[in-house]
Amino acid sequence: MTIGLGHYLSVGAILFTLGILGIFLNRKNVIVILMSIELVLLAVNINLVAFSSFLGDIVGQVYALIVLTVAAAEAAIGLAILVAYFRNRGSIAVEDINLMKG
Amino acid sequence: MNAAPSVSNLVPLLPEIVLGVGGMALLMLGVYRDARMVRLIDYAAIALLVVAGAVLLLLPAGKLTSFDGSFVVDDFARFLKILALIGSAAAIAMSLDYAERELQQRFEYSVLIVLSTLGMLMLISAADLIALYLGLELMSLPLYVVAASHRNSLRSTEAGLKYFVLGALSSGMLLYGASLVYGFAGTVTFSGIAQATARGGTGLIFGLVFLFAGFCFKVSAVPFHMWTPDVYEGAPTPVTAFFAAAPKVAGLAMFVRATIVAFPGIVSQWQQILVFVSIASMLLGAFAAIGQRNFKRLMAYSSIGHMGYALIGLAAGTSQGVQGVLLYVAIYITMTLGVFTVILSMRRSTGMVESIDQLAGLARGHPAMAFFLAMLLFSMAGVPPLAGFFAKFYVFLAAIKAGLYVLAVVGVLASVVGAYYYLAIIKIMYFDEPVEGFYKMPLELKVVLAICGLFNVLFFLYPGPLVGAASAAAQSLF
Repeated sequence: MTIGLGHYLSVGAILFTLGILGIFLNRKNVIVILMSIELVLLAVNINLVAFSSFLGDIVGQVYALIVLTVAAAEAAIGLAILVAYFRNRGSIAVEDINLMKG
Repeated sequence: MNAAPSVSNLVPLLPEIVLGVGGMALLMLGVYRDARMVRLIDYAAIALLVVAGAVLLLLPAGKLTSFDGSFVVDDFARFLKILALIGSAAAIAMSLDYAERELQQRFEYSVLIVLSTLGMLMLISAADLIALYLGLELMSLPLYVVAASHRNSLRSTEAGLKYFVLGALSSGMLLYGASLVYGFAGTVTFSGIAQATARGGTGLIFGLVFLFAGFCFKVSAVPFHMWTPDVYEGAPTPVTAFFAAAPKVAGLAMFVRATIVAFPGIVSQWQQILVFVSIASMLLGAFAAIGQRNFKRLMAYSSIGHMGYALIGLAAGTSQGVQGVLLYVAIYITMTLGVFTVILSMRRSTGMVESIDQLAGLARGHPAMAFFLAMLLFSMAGVPPLAGFFAKFYVFLAAIKAGLYVLAVVGVLASVVGAYYYLAIIKIMYFDEPVEGFYKMPLELKVVLAICGLFNVLFFLYPGPLVGAASAAAQSLF
């Protein structure tokens, strides 16, 4: 069996779904949410690189590199905000983020 | 196909270059100088935004492109960029007094706003998916930080954290959509995608739905609005004022450009989604705001509703509809900035207050403030002849011309329901027993409030220039 575009897209879709579920079903701690966000972005990268390879077009790989860079900046900012939050609240459990009900 | 790189290719980017270089210069100034420089940095940031606006207006007329067409400056971009710059400059001006009192003079605040505005300008000009993503993130990352800028306050950091988590999730969805669109269209440029949509395909529609999820989040339209009330309530008030104005302009710009330029071939598919989003936003904005006593939270629901009205124009999908969106967003930022000047001046000896009950009897202690706030609220409710009426009129007209009768009727009904809570505030101000008065309004807030209030009251006398500019801007997309 050859591995085609569909297989790569399926892996991407599964990772993406896992990431989204990780954000919504996780009741424990915010770090897990940050990891889930990374999972979503990596799913996107798998998609982009797979498409890029199958289309024979380099733009998708450029896009994937840009996504990696921005994801690093995003994670840095997320952790910084998390540290500031932890100093005030003394906890990073998801159920403790409840000062405002929305 | 690649033109040789030359300096003249960078001309369309001059406003962005001004903001980028200027923002970094201010950052250096703030880092190496002592705390007394903060005021100077705030003024310099406003000056920078004004200079960027002037440079933008001095660019050659017509459609300019750069970076192989991924960066476009047309009339549409000019119109919205000016609005975004006005919104950001006003937000910095409105924060001056507050920042000095509550934020212990942090210079990073205005620098972050300048950098976020740079992202907005790039987003407004973005004509391919990579530029769109970069602009979006450059706009959003500073927003997450400024939401948490009151770093000793639990509410502010919680707002920042929530905004960050949901914002990152939404950019993930947007990116997933972008990857599908790229894969099935074979290109990231909007014009290339437009050619591919003419051939049709389920993959593209899948990608479009995910893209829309990301867009809806950024403009806080209904299925993805859940962050708005919490972030508006928790963030420091000047930050909320900023969130309510400029990022909404950039978000709508991205929404409109991507939808109209990249997906003209599958109007019937995205029209259904937009009709749903816009009806749901208007209804939620109208009904959920009724029970709110916190003014900032109420403004959050109000902005959700207003985005619903603005999206009516986009759902119409015509040049007239886009003109309606542009007019709506222009008038919306004046209304919302005006109302926020009042929220910012709700301060008395016990500190800042945010409940609308604290406005009781405002008309007796502060007649001018009460008058302008009443006018802005009437305008938000869409009472003629104030500006907000014309904003709604143009989008409803476009919807009717496009045959979307249900949408227009629901819009009118929702605005009647929405009028209830705007009028309730006016009733509290004019007819309830006065409570203790507020401190005097700082000068810069007075100026912003007076400009916004007078604009809304007098718009009907001379609507020509704004309507004409919006019409020219809308045509440049088609």
